Amino acid sequence: MKQTAFLLLLMLGSFSLFAQSEKYQKTMQQRIAEIEGAVQNGNMATLANTFERIAEAEKNQWLPFYYAAYCQVMTALLEQDKSKVDPIADKAETLLKKAETLAGGANSEINVIYSMIATAHLTVDPPARWMQYGQSSTAFLEKARAQDPANPRPLYLEGQSKFYTPEQFGGGKAAAAQVLEKAIVLFDQFKPASELHPTWGKAAAQYFLAQCK
Amino acid sequence: MIKIRPLNHLVLLLLLLISQLATLGQTAVRGKLLTPKGKPVIGASLAIKNSYDGATTDSTGQFQFETAETGKQLLQITAIGFKPLEEWLELNGNAIELRLTLKEAIDELKAVVVTAGSFEASDTKRTTVLSSIDVVTTASANADVTAALRTLPGTQQVGEKEGLFVRGGSGEEARVFIDGTLVNNFFYSALPDLATRGRFSPFLFKGTVFSSGGYSALYGQALSGALILETIDLPDQRSASLGISSVGLSGGYQHLNKKKTASWGANYGYTNLYPYFQLVKQRPDYFRIPAFHGGDANFRIKTSKTGILKFYSTVQANQLGIRTPDIDSASLKNSFGLSNYNIYTNLAWKERLGKKWKLFLGTSYSLNRDEIENRLQNQENKDQNLSEQPYVSKSFDVDARGSLLQFKTVLDRRLGSGLSVLRFGGEWLYFKDDVKFRDTITRNNLQEDQFKAGFAEMDVYITNNLAAKLGTRVEHSSLLGRANIVPRLSMAYKLGEKGQASLAYGIFYQKPERNQLLLNPDLRFTKAAHYIANYQVINSSYTFRAEVFYKKYKDLVKTFPSTTNNGEGYAKGIEFFWRDKKTIEGVDYWVSYSYLDTKRDYLNFPGSLQPNFAANHTASLVVKKFITKWKTQFNASYSFATGRPYYNIRFDQGGNKFVIADQGKTIPFNNLSLSINYLPAIGKTNAKAFTVWVLSVNNVLNQKQIFNYNYSYDGLTRRPIRPAANQFFFIGCFISFGVDRSQDVINSNL
Repeated sequence: MKQTAFLLLLMLGSFSLFAQSEKYQKTMQQRIAEIEGAVQNGNMATLANTFERIAEAEKNQWLPFYYAAYCQVMTALLEQDKSKVDPIADKAETLLKKAETLAGGANSEINVIYSMIATAHLTVDPPARWMQYGQSSTAFLEKARAQDPANPRPLYLEGQSKFYTPEQFGGGKAAAAQVLEKAIVLFDQFKPASELHPTWGKAAAQYFLAQCK
Repeated sequence: MIKIRPLNHLVLLLLLLISQLATLGQTAVRGKLLTPKGKPVIGASLAIKNSYDGATTDSTGQFQFETAETGKQLLQITAIGFKPLEEWLELNGNAIELRLTLKEAIDELKAVVVTAGSFEASDTKRTTVLSSIDVVTTASANADVTAALRTLPGTQQVGEKEGLFVRGGSGEEARVFIDGTLVNNFFYSALPDLATRGRFSPFLFKGTVFSSGGYSALYGQALSGALILETIDLPDQRSASLGISSVGLSGGYQHLNKKKTASWGANYGYTNLYPYFQLVKQRPDYFRIPAFHGGDANFRIKTSKTGILKFYSTVQANQLGIRTPDIDSASLKNSFGLSNYNIYTNLAWKERLGKKWKLFLGTSYSLNRDEIENRLQNQENKDQNLSEQPYVSKSFDVDARGSLLQFKTVLDRRLGSGLSVLRFGGEWLYFKDDVKFRDTITRNNLQEDQFKAGFAEMDVYITNNLAAKLGTRVEHSSLLGRANIVPRLSMAYKLGEKGQASLAYGIFYQKPERNQLLLNPDLRFTKAAHYIANYQVINSSYTFRAEVFYKKYKDLVKTFPSTTNNGEGYAKGIEFFWRDKKTIEGVDYWVSYSYLDTKRDYLNFPGSLQPNFAANHTASLVVKKFITKWKTQFNASYSFATGRPYYNIRFDQGGNKFVIADQGKTIPFNNLSLSINYLPAIGKTNAKAFTVWVLSVNNVLNQKQIFNYNYSYDGLTRRPIRPAANQFFFIGCFISFGVDRSQDVINSNL
């Protein structure tokens, strides 16, 4: 009887452990799959909160904080009312800092988000903020590329920024297309470290490339 | 079969347990989240602590979710711009309906700011009236900080004397502060009937607060206004710079260490107007062409994550000589020679001490020497010594040395969890002025003043929408042997999302000028009381401001019948400012208008008069447009002011009093200026060199400008005071070389 009870406890214990990480995997996979559609249906902010809840409950996973920061900065970039952008971008930075701590430093993917946060601040008042945020946005992308040359996202963002930059400033469709084509090659070769690691950006890169032609 | 049974039993038990876990806890939670005023809070996050369960509020503030958790659980509610809320829930399967209220967080971005009387220009995230790049790109300014401020309401278009003439105040009534400490000789040394520029480059400053009244208790000794400048922090990268222009050459180097925690730099500039004067004829005869040497050095060190130590020092030497026809005799000339040395040094340290305290320590030292040689000369430019009036007083030498040493400490203590702050501190200033004056006899006057002040100020945020600033300042001057204590009060109330109203009141004291103290050492502080009401709407595309003010002057210095503090005066007016970055695609413009009604009885005025530095109506229009295709920014500014009064105040021997022998109004002031900035490297983020070409023309339309009139001794002749030349042209090329920045990026990752 004692033995049975012990076995029972052991089984229950390992089951709940297994259940927990199973739940994490499953929930994350589901939510990550929702990101792509969230741009269209305006659910970015909701998704950001969802990732933040997972992050706070898990406590030691950097990816949910990373995705929370990503969804939050996307919210900032999609926000039409420019006066609301700064606080949202600040919130994204707070989340990203937590991801950075848990990941043991700012890796390539995290620096990509730092670059996007700088871009979000830049959009509020480009002429006045170009010097500060334009430069730091580029610097973060360069850093992200140097850390992981196989990461397609820094290239995709560079291409996107070139797409929006006038030809006279070294941007334009032709220049953007060059970078985006390289980015897509990298996307095709890219192998995420796990099912939960970032893979986003390919569809958007293809979209911008199509616009260039 | 039998063997397996216990295990089957166990599996059954387990399944039962699991199914119970799954079904027992499903509790539905729904409700509404509102502000205290009943408006929905949108996009707020609700989370059951330590679980994945929760929701986000929709556009009506509603939320709904189910949770598998059971028992007593903590619901955490957060939203950007609101104070977080926690609520204990008892989860037992029965649906929970909640109606929650979230209070707005008092945060810097949303909170009301006291703006009465002050214009802020900075590069921080906050929407401001002007940014520091605006200072550089204002067409009429020629990269002079104070000239750019002259396009804002409250300032006068005075061209015959340096300084900021604010709301009926003289140039001496506005003072400049750099990193908290007072700057003596902010402008180049005064010239007869010509305004001089500021000594400091606008690129040195990241933040500018221009207060045309009602300023903080941290500052004093300015009756009218304060210009508070904050120097830049660490640069983003190492760089070298080179400049060549129609008036001189400049070069510099700025070093930044790899960890980006410390920087140092040095610059040198040489200005010589000889080539320019060959091309553009000047009204006065420059027998010594203006030449300026200026060197500066700086270092900035991050002393911790939150602390920074900044040092800036500049050494300048310059000289010039001007000859103008003498007003009293057609056969004589007046020759003025000036040689100036100036040293300015500033060291400031800012640090956060714990979570609540902030410390500022600042010290500065400045030394200025003016050697003036004034001569009466004949047509062959030979010195003449005539012993009768008025000629006797026209040949003189002055050797003036002034120094200022000061220390300032400010401590900030955050109160509670919001933005409320208590700020207090003190300053000690040691002024030493040694002036040797020689005409027929030599007089030597040394004046020293140990000036001490203590101040305390509290920012009280009652809510996000209502804030007050209460301050007081105590000052003592050893020279005057007197002390004063003043109140400074202001408050602001937010009306709607973008609009706000502010009120300010304060009393301001200022020492009499040194010459006046020589005549009567018993003079008291001069005094002004300010009353200001302001309404402002700011958003990212436009700014509107309206401000009314009343200023009461007391104890101004009268110089007749004897030197006393019997003078007085007033100034009142209304000012408007409108800036719009959106309505016209790609065009950024601002308009300012000031109405001023002021009179004062001071110096030798025979009664209450509108002073000659005050125009009733002043307006400016500044337009900027960047044309992407050409990588060029076009800037234009137009300033207008109605005529200013001029007087010939003469001493009437018979009546033993001063009388107005002649008076009138000058022609209105008009000035259209244009400037073009061409930036061939803009947008190339990896460019090794960043070049800016600048071309500017002041008074494009060549409109006649008369600032005032000079009268001859006998009162029979008067001559207009006009600028040295109607127009000013400038062309320059400034290059900065980023020193292998790409290498830095790679290195920092290895």
